[in-house]
Amino acid sequence: MTVISMNTVHTPVAPQDGAQPMVSFRDVHKSFGALEVLKGIDLDVMPGQVAALIGRSGSGKSTALRCINGLEKINDGELTVCGRNLRARDFELRELRKEVGIVFQSYNLFPHLTVEQNVTLAPRKVNGLDAAESRALAAEVLEQVGLSDKASSYPEQLSGGQQQRVAIARSLAMRPKLMLFDEVTSALDPELTGEVLRVIGKLAAGGMTMVLVTHEMAFARQVADLVVYMHQGRVWEAGKGTMLDDPQTVELRQFVGSGL
Amino acid sequence: MDYVFDFSFLESFRSEIINGVRLTILLTVVSILPGFALGTACAVGRLYGPRWLQTAVTIYIEAIRNTPLIIQVFWLFFGLTVLGARIGPFNAAVIALVINTGAYSAEIMRAGFQAIPKGQLEAANCLAMTRRQIFWNIQLPQAAELVYPALVSQFILMMLATSIMSQISVEELTGVGYQVQSITFRGFDVYLVIAVLYLALATMLRLCLHGAAQLAFTRLRKLRTPL
Amino acid sequence: MLGVSLDQYGFLVQGAFWTVVLSLMGFVGGTIVGLPVALARISRGWFLCRASSAYVQFVQGIPLPVIMFVVYFGVSIYGFDVNALVAAAIAMTLYSSAYLGEIWKGCIQAVPKTQWEAGECLALTNLQRFIYIILPQALRIAVPPTVGFLVQIVKNTSYSVVIGFFDLTYSAKILNNATFKPFIIFTAAALIYFAICFPLSRYARRFELRLHRRNA
Repeated sequence: MTVISMNTVHTPVAPQDGAQPMVSFRDVHKSFGALEVLKGIDLDVMPGQVAALIGRSGSGKSTALRCINGLEKINDGELTVCGRNLRARDFELRELRKEVGIVFQSYNLFPHLTVEQNVTLAPRKVNGLDAAESRALAAEVLEQVGLSDKASSYPEQLSGGQQQRVAIARSLAMRPKLMLFDEVTSALDPELTGEVLRVIGKLAAGGMTMVLVTHEMAFARQVADLVVYMHQGRVWEAGKGTMLDDPQTVELRQFVGSGL
Repeated sequence: MDYVFDFSFLESFRSEIINGVRLTILLTVVSILPGFALGTACAVGRLYGPRWLQTAVTIYIEAIRNTPLIIQVFWLFFGLTVLGARIGPFNAAVIALVINTGAYSAEIMRAGFQAIPKGQLEAANCLAMTRRQIFWNIQLPQAAELVYPALVSQFILMMLATSIMSQISVEELTGVGYQVQSITFRGFDVYLVIAVLYLALATMLRLCLHGAAQLAFTRLRKLRTPL
Repeated sequence: MLGVSLDQYGFLVQGAFWTVVLSLMGFVGGTIVGLPVALARISRGWFLCRASSAYVQFVQGIPLPVIMFVVYFGVSIYGFDVNALVAAAIAMTLYSSAYLGEIWKGCIQAVPKTQWEAGECLALTNLQRFIYIILPQALRIAVPPTVGFLVQIVKNTSYSVVIGFFDLTYSAKILNNATFKPFIIFTAAALIYFAICFPLSRYARRFELRLHRRNA
């Protein structure tokens, strides 16, 4: 574990020769009005890597994540995702979003559709799958999240943990190259958190590239190849999960010590 | 206080009354869907349209909601007649009802669209759906379901409002009542019967619209959620 | 002006005067009858509750022109000289009492239940609780929908044209028959209605926004 100066990132997993990063932040700035939330972020996530963004609320970690699929527009710097420069003139947001899935804290399932319809809506409309194809696809992704028996249920009939797993399945059904998770367990009771984390862990083990914002330190340490501690809009410390056992900065030590 | 009711006109004017009921139903049925469609289009225009469209729609809605239907009907019917456009009283009545209901449903649907949580649109956007796909698959069904009870009330009000169309010689139920009473001189008896018929029609329309909701909103049917 | 003489515009204004008179009568009558209806709707008594609910559903299921006719012919069979203003006023009272009763019922119910409970802790009687705690709060909530309904009352007085009551709509109709200038005459009539109704609509919306902001 090395101490890193501000704005630089140590990449713990050796990139394969010639591999391009899936996500690449270069001196990214983002402001909401007069408030600068990201003050020059540098970060690389390689294909197959799992990056966990941690930090206090207001540190900019969720904003950074939301920039990756264009939910927030960056003001300055360079952001490349799946080989697409988000500030390029010919950048197509919808094309990017076909390749990047996101799961929200509040699930945001479509309440008027069944689980299967939730999962297959975008594949049918966006990717043009027919009824049989989308049915098979739904079966496959629901199996992945362990909810094969809930295909014809409606979201309101499911527990929070189950709804969140459906939301993951809905993203997976678009066959994304990259998955983003925005505090996906924060709204869940502790006993429901485990089932969601297990699904994410399985995905990670299967080689999915992902960036997650999380408060689950133990989980971050266990599955993340890259843990990024953000503080006051900057990457304060980054490294392998073990960095949490031996913080190099006062801020991270306090953060870890606070048991968050 | 020795008034004796006489409902014998029910027998002698049976076919007239039935025709009146038919015409009332017809006016209602052909006006509901176009009125709802116009209202939805206006709600969308007011929420997401360019500035000029927002202004135009707002003017339309305010003009209609702050003037009586009967003046709108006269304006349209007599105005078009003077212009030489002979569209006939029935068509004029339907157009007036559609324009009127459109303005009211526009406000109802606007409230519906605004009540959809932002996260729904964010999620749909992140699934790479187009603006159009999101509208038809997410926004419209959810908004319509949210405000359906208000829409039902509005459509029933519209059915009741058809009763002034006899003013432009569309002989719907109320107009038939007027003819019958002018022959029989039993105005009170006649309009009591007419009132009961409207009550029955309102109840029927409510049942039909609830039935339509059961078909349209699959989730409500499956989960047996009341509207 | 535009082929319609000043006298003729004066005729419209005269009609508008009676529209306002009938609206006020309908509103006052609707308040006098509607308030008991609202109270009956929330009462715990089985009969009062059912009876008031049936009354509301009845009135709301019958077109106002038909109510006008029923009252008009009904008054005449009791031997009274049929005065269109009286018949229209009674019909407007019936009509607005049902809607106002329903609106106010909602407003009373919108006062949080905890307010009743708080009143109970202060050892107030039911009546005292209603008058001193619930009513003042319900009144505030009731202002926007009541003013909003006032717009409905003004517009719907136009239905009195079916029983020949001389109001703005009736005067416009007569004038149109005499001049055959429907666009100008009905536009003028519409503008007068608009001038009465739009400020009320606006006020209702403003007041409602203010209430929402305060509660937010």
